[in-house]
Amino acid sequence: MADMTHDTLAAAGPARPARRRLRLSTIGDHAILIAGALLMVAPLLMLVQMSTVPDAEIMRTGPSLAIGDRLWPNVRAALTESMSFSGRNTGLAMFRNSMILGLGFAVGKIVVAMMAAYAIVYFRLRFATLAFWAIFTTLLLPLEVRIVPSYEITQRLGLLNTWTGLIVPLIASATATFFFRQFFMSVPEELVEAARIDGAGPVKFFVDILVPLSRTMIAAMFIIMFVYGWNQYLWPTMIVTEDDRITLVQGIKQITQGLEGGQIPEYGRSNILAILAVLPPVLVVLFFQRWFVKGLTETDK
Amino acid sequence: MKRAAFDQKWFPVLLLLPQLSIICLFFYWPAWQALRSSFYLEDPFGFGSTFVGFENYLRLFRSGEYMQTAWFTLVFSLSVTFLSLAIALLLAVKADGVLRGAKTYRTLLMWVYAVAPPVAGFLALILFNQRWGPLTEFFRAFGWDFRIRLDYFDTAFAMIAVSVWKQIPVNFIFFLSGLQSIPKAVREAALIDNRSAVSRFWTVTFPLLAPTGFFLLIINITYSLFDTFGTIDTILRNNPGDQPITLTYQVYLDGFRGQDIGGSSAQSVVLMVVVLALTIVQFRMVERRIHYT
Repeated sequence: MADMTHDTLAAAGPARPARRRLRLSTIGDHAILIAGALLMVAPLLMLVQMSTVPDAEIMRTGPSLAIGDRLWPNVRAALTESMSFSGRNTGLAMFRNSMILGLGFAVGKIVVAMMAAYAIVYFRLRFATLAFWAIFTTLLLPLEVRIVPSYEITQRLGLLNTWTGLIVPLIASATATFFFRQFFMSVPEELVEAARIDGAGPVKFFVDILVPLSRTMIAAMFIIMFVYGWNQYLWPTMIVTEDDRITLVQGIKQITQGLEGGQIPEYGRSNILAILAVLPPVLVVLFFQRWFVKGLTETDK
Repeated sequence: MKRAAFDQKWFPVLLLLPQLSIICLFFYWPAWQALRSSFYLEDPFGFGSTFVGFENYLRLFRSGEYMQTAWFTLVFSLSVTFLSLAIALLLAVKADGVLRGAKTYRTLLMWVYAVAPPVAGFLALILFNQRWGPLTEFFRAFGWDFRIRLDYFDTAFAMIAVSVWKQIPVNFIFFLSGLQSIPKAVREAALIDNRSAVSRFWTVTFPLLAPTGFFLLIINITYSLFDTFGTIDTILRNNPGDQPITLTYQVYLDGFRGQDIGGSSAQSVVLMVVVLALTIVQFRMVERRIHYT
């Protein structure tokens, strides 16, 4: 990605004679890109705008270009006031729950996957082929197609409304394992040979050599998995029924229901909660853009 | 497989244990359960179940409601897939072509990837608000009285619109990285051979992007089938009534809310078959893709 500008510079070189036409078409290209960028950004700006003006004004005019002074009171209300009677699902509490889900899922998935991939790639196992197929068949079917029986099993294990019941079933797919297996296969064999000659055991080789080597891969994976975990909706909706474990993404539905019931719909507060629900994953994607693109284009293949 | 491997016997088993136990417990067992109970009729009061053969499946295909959901899912998936691929391809080609601000455009066009599907549904409810929604007002200017959650077609339109919005970034990222992997020599040769940018796109760039496109096709269909659940559920707010829903939503409604375990399991199995077929197609495409490049 980094060498993109060089590529295009070189590609545009020979076309110099048609400079005037080129310039017109360049303006057209920018117009399309600006329109596209607006299409992507405008809805979020609209949410922000709505949360700066009084709710009564939203009720009359809807989104507008006016910027009011209600932003901070709305932020405070969103973070500290509860959406329901229990008083346990304030914005802050839901934010914490989302963090637990996102981080727990990403860390859990990466640890489990790296261990399994290490076993598959670096050891002679009698049932290696069987384990390989048992693990990679899970790539074929997403959780959604077996959602009801998964719920029943989680219920039977007494895991409803627990972090374990929320996070562990989501880990039951081998995307990360597949990815780490591919990466471990590309690590030069001389490394493990040298490590063995130096007397390093499998644990030492893993911790001191393989994990540091995989740093970039782990980072890329972590970003994708964090966003995936944070944005989960269907599974948490089924597993979590008690207010104190509800995540922000799950809370969106409660928010919209709240908007229907009240005298004056509280768009200010609700929009802040919606923004809060997208902010952490968006920031992660923006800050670690390069790793994110790498993780995305390499995991999905 | 690596030749220089470690010899320990029980250590690798220990390493595999977490992964294997999780997938046995939460993948194979539920998948088997779905398959099994699709052939049984469960007593609603919990007094055991009876084997009914293919009755649950026949019931599905005879049900007008299920068939309508299936048709809607097909139209929905194809619309979302086609529109988001087309828009993303246009934007990727332009973003690949410009010199100034390429990085800024790229950032602005990809961040929506991280937005959760229910938030897209939340946006739909605001954009298409009956009284003051900006898009409702826009369509009103053309004489279209947009009524989300009341009119079947209007609700479907809103669902497709925001689902496309949410899906453009993924396609954009893949198309852009596909475009950037086209060798410089190929681009230069094309530039010399062919003066018109439009015909250059269709004769050189588009065929080279075709493998990426095939791959994205599957990704997009899977997205429309499963990931849009949050968007749809937020728009319908627990109360679908006679509004459009997808097959995944129907499984959730019948199995989780309606307690029709047999029927919803049969639906799960139908979805599994669809996904398996898609995956097989995808694997064949990936194989071909490797031959190309």
